[in-house]
This record gives sequence, structure tokens and C-alpha cells, in this order.
Amino acid sequence: MSSTIEQNSPTTVMQERLDQFQARIDADEKIEPKDWMPEEYRKTVLRQMSQHAHSEVIGMQPEGNWILRAPCLRAKKILLAKIQDEGGHGLYLYSAAETLGTGREALIESLHNGKAKYSSIFNYPTLNWADIGAIGWLVDGAAIVNQVSLQRTSYGPYARAMVRICKEESFHQRQGYEIMTTMMRGNSAQKEMAQDAMNRWWWPALMMFGPHDKDSAHTQQSMQWRIKRESNDVLRQRFIDKTIDQAHLIGLTIPDEQLKYNEDTKHWDIGPINWDEFWQVVGGHGLCNEQRMKHHIRAHQDGQWVREAANAFAQKQISFN
Amino acid sequence: METQQALYQYAVRLGDNSLIMAQRLAEWCSNGPILEEDLALTNAALDYLGEAENYYNYALSLEPDGRTADDLAYLRNERQYYNCLLAEQPNGDYAQTMVKLALFSAYLKLLYDALSQSTDTNLSALASKSLKEVKYHFRHSSEWMIRFGHGTEESKSRAQQAIYELWRFTSDMFETTAADATLKGIVPDPASIQSEWNSVINDLLSRCGLKKPEDPYQVKGGYQAKHTEHLGHILCELQFLQRAYPGAKW
Ligand SMILES: [Fe+2]
Ligand SMILES: [Fe+2]
Repeated sequence: MSSTIEQNSPTTVMQERLDQFQARIDADEKIEPKDWMPEEYRKTVLRQMSQHAHSEVIGMQPEGNWILRAPCLRAKKILLAKIQDEGGHGLYLYSAAETLGTGREALIESLHNGKAKYSSIFNYPTLNWADIGAIGWLVDGAAIVNQVSLQRTSYGPYARAMVRICKEESFHQRQGYEIMTTMMRGNSAQKEMAQDAMNRWWWPALMMFGPHDKDSAHTQQSMQWRIKRESNDVLRQRFIDKTIDQAHLIGLTIPDEQLKYNEDTKHWDIGPINWDEFWQVVGGHGLCNEQRMKHHIRAHQDGQWVREAANAFAQKQISFN
Repeated sequence: METQQALYQYAVRLGDNSLIMAQRLAEWCSNGPILEEDLALTNAALDYLGEAENYYNYALSLEPDGRTADDLAYLRNERQYYNCLLAEQPNGDYAQTMVKLALFSAYLKLLYDALSQSTDTNLSALASKSLKEVKYHFRHSSEWMIRFGHGTEESKSRAQQAIYELWRFTSDMFETTAADATLKGIVPDPASIQSEWNSVINDLLSRCGLKKPEDPYQVKGGYQAKHTEHLGHILCELQFLQRAYPGAKW
């Protein structure tokens, strides 16, 4: 029968696999490392996990910038613990990425040669102590909205990493908001620092969700494969709505003259986002892009002999205790 | 010197040792050779920070004058910190930090072990709590020293260099102060801790295939608040906000 030949042709087999794959996605099944998956799905998930892992790690730099200068013992302990969590998130995510066959060393190499990205938010500098508050409250706050949504992402290891990470993230946002609250209750210099941090971090935090849906290249396919569960604009609006009240509660002004509550939609409408700035920073021309990469490359190179020594020693298998 | 005053000074010194070590270890954040080590050192910094706070609070409970642990940590001048010279030395490369941590935590391990038997129940409770942490720091750092000693030519020479570099600051940890003399019977004799420390370190060095410097000269002064120039710079960063905005609450 002619139909047999047709059914067995490579394109038909591929289409069947794709259909089956999509059916599993539609049934909300998790895709596991050994399962068949379209090459494009593998690439997209790997790119996203790698970018996420690098973001956790590069994010240690702007916050680490204030560890030595943290203003009291309690604040120093909290900040150290917070940054340590972020490094831990990096580890979970590198492991999750490894399930798709790419190891940490290769991911770091891609970061260093510019093929892999990290969140642009970390290319902004931390200029005063309130920036540490603003990062926890706004940057982690924005990340949480995204990560809560990603707990239901279709790739199993990524979803499970997100569940673990989300448990720790709410502490990050709380400690950030607490710093802002304390500073807004403090002296005039502290209030000024807090508002200054707010002014500098608000818009970049909104940009973390990525371009508007109509301009987002990857969104549609990612949504169909349920790698992404909700669109950039939906997530951004959720963040805006929950954050504005928090800002007002402690007396911070949102640096947006067009900000207005919309009675019809029951959402806050914001003024236009400066996408030129966004693309400029994504393109490598933010204040700290160079610095962040050089720092990471230098630390990695400085550690080369340590890793070599550890490997050499492991191979010699000298026992000690 | 009265016992109470001696205990105060002794507790502040313990706090200072931990605080300055914490500040140095925290410098490794985002600079570690692998992410796991970055986290391990941040964790050790957190341990020492917690210890410092506990010892300061104990000191203040002995002589309550309205000051807080933060005041002790942040609002003294260079000549009022009583940490050992080793703690304030720069991190150097990873070998130097690991050697420094091993020399330092071996000392604290023996000291806290002895202090956990102290008749001063507060001090003994704090020491037993810290003991678990410093035991781990010693294990972690000495394992790295062994890896370096038997890893590559480069790692061995870096570790050896670190020992040569830091050795002169080691006796300083065991200096006897007036407080030690007053607290005889309550706190361990520094000389006996030093001799135990010598055998622990000799054993470690021989397991690493590393050696002490031929010229065993020593510099001292930490417990008299006579420091190397490094401490002032550590304090500049540590104290910046407290000094810039006096009286502000954080
Ligand atoms: Fe994180
Ligand atoms: Fe976080």
C-alpha cells in the first residue's frame, strides 16, 4: 500500500514525534532528560537555564560590592547569607543544565566568549547601601514573579530547581524591603539614599521581564512548549501591581510621572519604558558590563591552578583523614 | 586587674579575632576558584561573624554601659582592636588563604576545646558552640593544604610560599596578656595551647610534604593592639557607613 511508505517517511515520523511531544506538553506532563525532545526545545531550555544560572552568579558581584561595608553585624550576616543563597541557586541551575549534556565548564566558557548571556540588571552599579535594599526588594521581587511562574515550566529538572529556589527567594525580597523600610524611617540622608536607589532601580527592574509581547521573538514558541508559562507583559504587570503599594506604604515615590491607576482594568498603567537603554545594556554598553565579565574571567583564571591541583590530587588518590 | 575586667578584655579579643577573620574571608565572595569554594568561604565568614557578635555581647554583659555589639565592632579605632596579626593579613592567593585559615582555625579549635571546659559557664557555652564551626574550618582548609601539597608543582610551591609568608605571625596568637594572667584557671594557658598547636601543625605539614621556614623569626603585638598597616584599611571599609552617618539606625 502506498500509505505505508508515506507513513514511514522521515518527515512523517518526525511529525508524529512532534505531535506526541506537544500532546505530552498539553497534558502538562514534565519532560525529563532522557525523553525525546525537539532539538529546538533542548536548545531553548538549555539557553534559558544557562542564562539563569549565570545571572545568579554574576548577581553576586553587585551585592558583594557592599559586604565589606555593610553597616551593622546583622545586615552583614543577612547579606552574606543572601549572596550565598544566590551562589547556591547558580549551583542548582548548572546541575539542571547538565541534565541536557552541557557541563558547567562549557557553560562558563560560553559566558566568557560572549555566546551566553546573563540578566542585564546586573550591569547596573550598586552605589549606596540602599541599592542593596533595592536589589532585594525590586530585582529579587521581579525575579520571584518570573520564577513562581517557572515552577510549572515543562522541563522537569528546571521546574524542580525553581521550586527549591522560590522557597529561598521570598526571604530575599523581605530583607531588601526591610532595608528600604529602615532607611525610609531613618535620617534625611538615609531617605535620600533610599529614594535615589528607587529612582535608579525601578525602570531596570521593569526591563527584567524583557520586551513587550508584540516585540518578543522567542515568546510564542516558548509558550506553546510551556517553557514559558506566562508572557513578559503579564508578568511585568503583576510585579508592578504588587510593588507600587509597597513603595507607597513606606513613602517612596515611583519615578514615573505618567503612573496612574486604571479603574477599568484594576491595574496600574505606567509610562513608556526606555527600550533604547535596555538594548544598549543588553548589547554590552551598560555601566558595568565590562567590569562584570572581567571580574568573572579573572576569578576563573586565578582559580585555574586550584582546580588543576584538585584534579591532580584526586587522580593520585592519596588517602588522608 | 579584676577578674570581671579581664574577662571583658578576653571576650573582646575573641570577638576581634573572629570579626577581622570574617571580614577577610568575606572578600572571597564572587572571587573563589570554584563556586563551591566561594560558598564555603562565605559560610566560614558567616560563622566568624556570628561568633564575634556572641563574644561582644558576652563582654558587654559583663560591663554594661549602654554600648551594643555593633558599637564594639564598628566604633573603635585601630589601637583598640585586639585581634591577632595573622587574622588581618591579606588573603593572597587561594593557597595563602587556606594556609592562613588552617593555622588560625587549628588555634581556635584547641582554644575553644579547652575553653569549653572553663569554669566560666558563659564562656564555656559560647566556646562549645563555636568549636563545631572551627573544627569544620580546620578540616576544610587542611584538606586543601594536603591537595596543594600533593597536587601539582605549582600548587605545592604556592602552599610552601604561603607558609613562609605567614609563619612569622603565628606566635602572636599565643601571647600571654595581663588578662590571661588574671584568668589563670578560668582560661587555658596560652603556652600549653601553643605546644598542642605545634604538634597539630607539624603533623599537618608532614602530611602535606611542606615545611616551616628555616628562619623562625616572629613578629608580635596584636593582643596589645599594635597592628600591621593592614588593619586600618580593613576598618576603613568595615566602618564606612557608621562613621559617615553617626547615630543612624540600619
Ligand atoms: Fe536567586
Ligand atoms: Fe534572590
